[in-house]
Amino acid sequence: MIEMLSYPFMQRAIIAGILVGFIGSYYGAFIVQRKMSFMGDGLAHAAFGGIALGLLLNSEPLWVALPFTVFVAILITLIRDKTELEMDTSIGILFAVSVALGIIFISLKKEYSTDAFAFLFGSILTVSKIDLLLTFIIGLITLLTFFSLWKRWAYATFDSELAKSDRLPVKTDDYILSILIAVSIVLSIKLVGIVLIAAFLVIPAASARLVSSTFFRMTILSIIFGAVSSIVGLVASFLFDMPSGATIILVQAIIFVICIFLGRVKK
Amino acid sequence: MIMTAISLENITVQFGSFIPLKDINIQVEEGAFISIVGPNGGGKSTLIKVLLGLIKPEKGNARIFGKNPDEISSGLIGYVPQIKTLDRSFPALPIELVVSGISSNWSGFMNTPTKKLAIEAMEQVGVAHLSKRPLSKLSGGELQKVYLARSIARKPKLLFLDEPVTGIDSAAEKDITRLIDEYQNTSNITVIMVTHDWEAAYHHSSKVLLLNKTVVCFDSPATAFRDENLRMAFGHIGHQHEMNFGVKHHD
Repeated sequence: MIEMLSYPFMQRAIIAGILVGFIGSYYGAFIVQRKMSFMGDGLAHAAFGGIALGLLLNSEPLWVALPFTVFVAILITLIRDKTELEMDTSIGILFAVSVALGIIFISLKKEYSTDAFAFLFGSILTVSKIDLLLTFIIGLITLLTFFSLWKRWAYATFDSELAKSDRLPVKTDDYILSILIAVSIVLSIKLVGIVLIAAFLVIPAASARLVSSTFFRMTILSIIFGAVSSIVGLVASFLFDMPSGATIILVQAIIFVICIFLGRVKK
Repeated sequence: MIMTAISLENITVQFGSFIPLKDINIQVEEGAFISIVGPNGGGKSTLIKVLLGLIKPEKGNARIFGKNPDEISSGLIGYVPQIKTLDRSFPALPIELVVSGISSNWSGFMNTPTKKLAIEAMEQVGVAHLSKRPLSKLSGGELQKVYLARSIARKPKLLFLDEPVTGIDSAAEKDITRLIDEYQNTSNITVIMVTHDWEAAYHHSSKVLLLNKTVVCFDSPATAFRDENLRMAFGHIGHQHEMNFGVKHHD
């Protein structure tokens, strides 16, 4: 254990894991309670389109994926606001279109690229100092929203019409939330990959919901579950030589099963 | 001098080609108890949303205490929405819901003075003992009372109730209407209630607004519930008529 912590790559991985666990699980509470679980998947796959475009343009993939995914997030919210379609439908459409674009962008690149597929599964153990810094910044922004926007987001999550009748800027807040979720997803992709990022946004929050009687408690527990699962998952992956991202998700699944039992006992 | 609480002039609401409200003209005096009655799809809830500033009318002028609805301080308005819109999977306690009425926000932490105000409002409607029971475990009637406590906790001047007795048993229904009536008598606030309960509208309102996309009648309950008005609004006079009012206007 001590030996494991002496490796700089492992130290970075644990810090990154805790940060991503905190960020993903915090937004996850809103995602689960607003029944937007599909959004994590949708935006992660939208990011794939952006990453492929970045590779085609020979630029840093994440820097292209970032505006691309934010644009898709705004589009998803816009379609929900301006049409009669539900959010899951607009996510489904843009999810498919983004993946299609990603495949076309990759096919347009003459030489074979394994990079795009590396982003599918991520690698928390290869996190650079710059990645860590970016994750830290978004973590800080997330913390700020906890003190400034959580109350409004929570109110609108409970009943958006009631929140509007109290003059809260619900629409603006929805866009801010969607954009921050998109940014968090893109920055987390390098760590856990496109395939697994959605788990960070759903499993800890769903587990917390099972054992919480208030939304505030659910948010805090979700954050704790997200961070703890990252640490335990990383340690287990190191000790048993297993893929780190997948191990973290399995730890989250174990927490989820425990919460199902605890939730039943509580009833 | 009696002030005008609500003034609506030529209000028309349009969603694409659908017109849920057309040329609504009414004046409501401060302290009045108005019931809005009409068929499903008759624009009752839409009218409440116009008054709350949630829907902007296509045409016309809406004023609440002389101001545009969206300029009115939310503290002056109490709103009890339809309980069927509530997401029961949201983890919350009744006391949090009542506190949200006082702070116009959702609080993670509740300070003692706000909590005290919330409990007082809950005591007033007889639900203080439910303050820590999850919302998901409340009956429809209990939930409606919690919403009522939430609305009166902010001591509003105007109270909107959107079908407060729909989907609850008749004992709870009578209880809630009585509470609204009592509160209105002691605080002299203006009450606007959308309801399908003709009996409650007949016995508790100072005026009834019979609405079917446009104003069919806006008068005393005895006049509003005349056969000819009910036929114009609903296409029939309804079996509730004889049963509930004990008044005969049949032709």
